[in-house]
Amino acid sequence: MAEQTLREWLLTDTPTSRRHAKLSALYQGWLSFRSNTMAMIGLGILVALVLIAVAAPILSPHDPFVQDLGNRLLPLGTEGHVFGTDSLGRDILSRLIYGARITLYIVALVALIAPVVGLLVGTVSGYAGGWIDVVLMRITDIFLAFPRLVLALAFVAALGAGIENAVLAISLTAWPPYARIARAETLTIRSSDYIAAIRLQGAGALRIITRHIWPLCISSLIVRVTLDMAGIILAAAGLGFLGLGAQPPSPEWGAMISEGRRFILDHWWVATMPGLAIFTVSLAFNLLGDGLRDVLDPKAGE
Amino acid sequence: MDKLLDIENLWVRFPTRQGVFDAVRGVSFSLGRERLGIVGESGSGKSMTGRAILRLIRPPGIVEADHINLGGVDLLKKTDKQMRAVRGQRISMVMQDPKFSLNPVTTIGDQIMEAYRLHNKVSKSGAYAKAVEMLNAVSIRDADRVMRAYPHEMSGGMGQRIMIAMMLIPNPEILIADEPTSALDVSVQRQVLDIMDALVKERGMGLIFISHDLNLVADFCDRVLIMYAGRIVEVCAADKLHEAQHPYTRGLLNSLPRLDAPRARLEVLRRDPAWSETPSVSGRV
Amino acid sequence: MNMLEIDNLNVWFGRARDRVDAVKDATFTVGEGESFGLVGESGSGKSTILRAITGLVPTWSGEIKVRQDPVPKKRPKSFFKSVQMVFQDPYASLHPRHSVDQVLGETLFLHGFREIDARVVKLLDDVGLGQKFRFRYPHQLSGGQRQRVAIARALAPEPKLLLLDEPTSALDVSVQAEILNLLADLRQEHKLTYLMVSHDLSVVGHMCDRLAVMKDGEIVEVMDVAALYAMKAVHPYAQHLLQASV
Repeated sequence: MAEQTLREWLLTDTPTSRRHAKLSALYQGWLSFRSNTMAMIGLGILVALVLIAVAAPILSPHDPFVQDLGNRLLPLGTEGHVFGTDSLGRDILSRLIYGARITLYIVALVALIAPVVGLLVGTVSGYAGGWIDVVLMRITDIFLAFPRLVLALAFVAALGAGIENAVLAISLTAWPPYARIARAETLTIRSSDYIAAIRLQGAGALRIITRHIWPLCISSLIVRVTLDMAGIILAAAGLGFLGLGAQPPSPEWGAMISEGRRFILDHWWVATMPGLAIFTVSLAFNLLGDGLRDVLDPKAGE
Repeated sequence: MDKLLDIENLWVRFPTRQGVFDAVRGVSFSLGRERLGIVGESGSGKSMTGRAILRLIRPPGIVEADHINLGGVDLLKKTDKQMRAVRGQRISMVMQDPKFSLNPVTTIGDQIMEAYRLHNKVSKSGAYAKAVEMLNAVSIRDADRVMRAYPHEMSGGMGQRIMIAMMLIPNPEILIADEPTSALDVSVQRQVLDIMDALVKERGMGLIFISHDLNLVADFCDRVLIMYAGRIVEVCAADKLHEAQHPYTRGLLNSLPRLDAPRARLEVLRRDPAWSETPSVSGRV
Repeated sequence: MNMLEIDNLNVWFGRARDRVDAVKDATFTVGEGESFGLVGESGSGKSTILRAITGLVPTWSGEIKVRQDPVPKKRPKSFFKSVQMVFQDPYASLHPRHSVDQVLGETLFLHGFREIDARVVKLLDDVGLGQKFRFRYPHQLSGGQRQRVAIARALAPEPKLLLLDEPTSALDVSVQAEILNLLADLRQEHKLTYLMVSHDLSVVGHMCDRLAVMKDGEIVEVMDVAALYAMKAVHPYAQHLLQASV
């Protein structure tokens, strides 16, 4: 089979090695993801966002921190300042480009902390059952009972303002829904025959949870996380807006809106441009999440 | 024999990433006032055939045929709205598992009465009387209790009888039963079949009985179509099924363990690629 | 020597008012190398007996002895080396995200075997699948192939007693014949003892030497296969079941 193309090799029904099987499964997923146009648009926007964040020093026409009080509040389309300037004469486009770094940083950290905590709590709770389940779920309920932003505000107020603390606060408020999802999935998986089969091989609870339950829970969590990303960005922006997240002069998008709010009637673009950026990225995550659900959800696949 | 249903060159296709998959490939048959069995293994296209008649194949699946004539009218030319009037009214379908066909949060009585009033303009008490009568017809003795019960309180056999009762309310001309008894125990299976048989005979209905169980079909039907890989490979009278000629049918029969003829080893079906290549045998009369 | 002795086994679900007795005072023995069948209609408690033996149902009383050793409430790892089970539905008994290689490899690893690669290949050959199926995922396998993988998994720890829970009821008849032949061959090759649950009397008649007929959680009759072929059951329910199956 020398003339076999890479595509055929990847689409085979008879993989010849562990690596081959894994790659083949990944490729199948990619193909069905690719057929979803909206999801591809979302992915495109996010890839562009990452590239912009990486290449920020090259792309941005000005230094985002340099103030030029002679040129403050310039309108859109001004020569040299496509998106205008803010109240301190800083170039809005440059600030948006650097702000992408902060947004990605927040998103990445929250996405690392919240679902992992939720997965851990949810699967342990669901698999162990009994009093462990009761204790863990009541703790989850307590967290769920507070409005998210209020809880985050309380945490930030206690920990002090700043971007790291904002991330921590958002993560702490974001994990309970993941724990709920993971527990619900675990309950159905736990009673399945394949879990009974591995128990009959003498496997312990730890192995069953990490090797057998996690791989099945993770896909629905990933989908949920991408769908929640919009909310997380907005929460971070909200904290920034309230002055409890990123601190000036950091070009965080929420903080930029907060600054622009004073001039919103006469100089609308100062607040609108970062608002549009938040909107675009949130939308991109939502589209991506919808696409991933089609690929990852094993029930919908068959 | 008058023809209730006549199907010519029926195809069911599903586009997939690897190209178009043909689940049913050019099947032709007709149905009179008889019990027609369709047997085959999973993936032979027997269920798809039943669904295609009612145009219940979900997109992206496609149903194609020269014609599917119900009383001389081509079902393929009907609009979706006209098709809804056919389903249930003129052709009914009983599925394998009654658990999934009944609404779990409504009492059985309400569901039967609703089905009846959908088709007939009668008062509530009239519908109630009719529902009890229907339940009696499927040999449910304490109909009043069953009317008040919820589906989960019913056993499998009971649920299937209720389904049959519901399907027969609008007095359809044709009943399509897709593995109606495979989820049931053998002793209950017999009862359900007997009820179905009596009703079909009484009303002069046509019955399409889809099953994987050769013995059951041989016992219960008048005529049998044997399907393999989306095609009909053999048509025979049900009582002659055990003398079937096609190697596939023979293979299936021989692979069954039998109490009356014990063997040390069961015969294993050797599949001949030529079976799926030979054109479909017509089941039209 | 008896491979399995079940003495006054009771199994129940739920507590107090909601308690359902699924198995009532079941007593039977299975000799070494024997193939014993449990037949009955759905809800008769036949599968529950298997689940109680393996410990998947913890609420049971009575005595279960494997090779004269009473089985404790908490099964030790060594128990699963001698007793294994094949489940009814091969579509539900394989992890959807694990390849055949992972399923068998992990089983072998858990039982402390070395040379896992060689053993996986050997197991696949034993169940007639061969190398090319090794890295496939369940969705790339047919029902019969999946059941072969499940049988290979049960054989991996080299058990003496195999519990078969309706191993062919989810399969087509032609595939059923292949699996039943395979099980018969494996029993001979590996000197296995079978305890097989089925609702299909002809399958039990084909596979088993003796069988017990169950009704509503009780064993109403134990007979040998000759009596089954002769249609001579003593208990009226067993006779009724025989009549219905022909």
